[in-house]
Amino acid sequence: MSDKKRVSRRQFLNYTLTGVGGFMAAGMLAPMVRFAIDPVLKPSGAGGLVSVASVEELTNEPQRFEWTVDQVDGWYESEVQRTAWVYRNDNDEIVALSPICTHLGCTVDYGSNEEYPDQFYCPCHAGRYTKDGVNVPGTPPTAPLPPIEYEVREGMLYLGEAQSEGGV
Amino acid sequence: MLQKIYDWVDERVDITPLWRDIADHEVPEHVNPAHHFSAFVYCFGGLTFFVTVIQILSGMFLTMYYVPDIENAWNSVYYLQREVAYGQIVRGMHHWGASLVIVMLFLHTLRVFFQGAYKKPRELNWVIGVLLFFVMLGLGFTGYLLPWDNKAYFATQVGLEIAAATPIIGDQIRTLLAGDPSIVGAQTLTRFFAIHVFFLPAALFGLMAFHFVLIRKQGISGPL
Repeated sequence: MSDKKRVSRRQFLNYTLTGVGGFMAAGMLAPMVRFAIDPVLKPSGAGGLVSVASVEELTNEPQRFEWTVDQVDGWYESEVQRTAWVYRNDNDEIVALSPICTHLGCTVDYGSNEEYPDQFYCPCHAGRYTKDGVNVPGTPPTAPLPPIEYEVREGMLYLGEAQSEGGV
Repeated sequence: MLQKIYDWVDERVDITPLWRDIADHEVPEHVNPAHHFSAFVYCFGGLTFFVTVIQILSGMFLTMYYVPDIENAWNSVYYLQREVAYGQIVRGMHHWGASLVIVMLFLHTLRVFFQGAYKKPRELNWVIGVLLFFVMLGLGFTGYLLPWDNKAYFATQVGLEIAAATPIIGDQIRTLLAGDPSIVGAQTLTRFFAIHVFFLPAALFGLMAFHFVLIRKQGISGPL
């Protein structure tokens, strides 16, 4: 091969065989990989709102409300419990907060620590949030408690999913 | 780029002799379909291996969704086939591949038999091949139960009765396979799953390695 740009027979065969082999391997693996990564690409089914309590029950003090939702987990369907802390703030607006600590996902309680009676307290690593859900600087959580989607219909409070803002 | 990475590793670890030993050997003329088209019969062993690789890969991916439990097995199979992207294809590969591997194995066996390639000094490799055949049948038998549908259940029922027909120790064998003297149920399914996914593949890999080492050691049998 005097001309450098010419492809030798050996090279040509190498390229074609690698190409055909690669094509076959890709054809074999592509469905399996797509199959495996399906959970990432599946749209998450947004859960509906559930009537939890009468709005008249709400006070200025956060109260713990529990309700159940039907959860479809692949082939397994079950009822799971959801929790929210709900109160009316000083402007008479309803505030519904998820109890899931934004640090590492433990469950926070309101006023359970005697030293901080008007804060949300996480027992795992002493994370704290003020009443409006904002994390107290200097404690482990780095983000506020996520608000929970809510709606008031005919005097009833409907709660939905926590609106996670990037993460948790 | 790739060449440089290869050279870097090779300089330190000297990997060239390793893969040369495995990959770099001449294909005799009488085995090469490019010379004599009828030599395609020599491909059946390699095709068996190829389908086996597909079985291993698709099986690995299927276990991402499958549950070996009588409450959930059927539902998980239904879910992975109906709801998961390409589930039908991946399960289809495993399903059809299971039959194809037996076909290829059979053709390979026929070739070796009719060419007399099993004769001295290759008798041992024939024996290993027969063992591989039994392992494949075992994989087929145990895998058949896993979807836990009616066909699977009753096929296993029949298979267990056949095993129970063994003289003297038949009942014990049946219990050993089913995990219970009379029930084909929860314990049978987990047992079959463990055998299908861990025990038989381990035996398969060992025997295949031995099979291939002997081929390299003894070479392919000469022309007819």
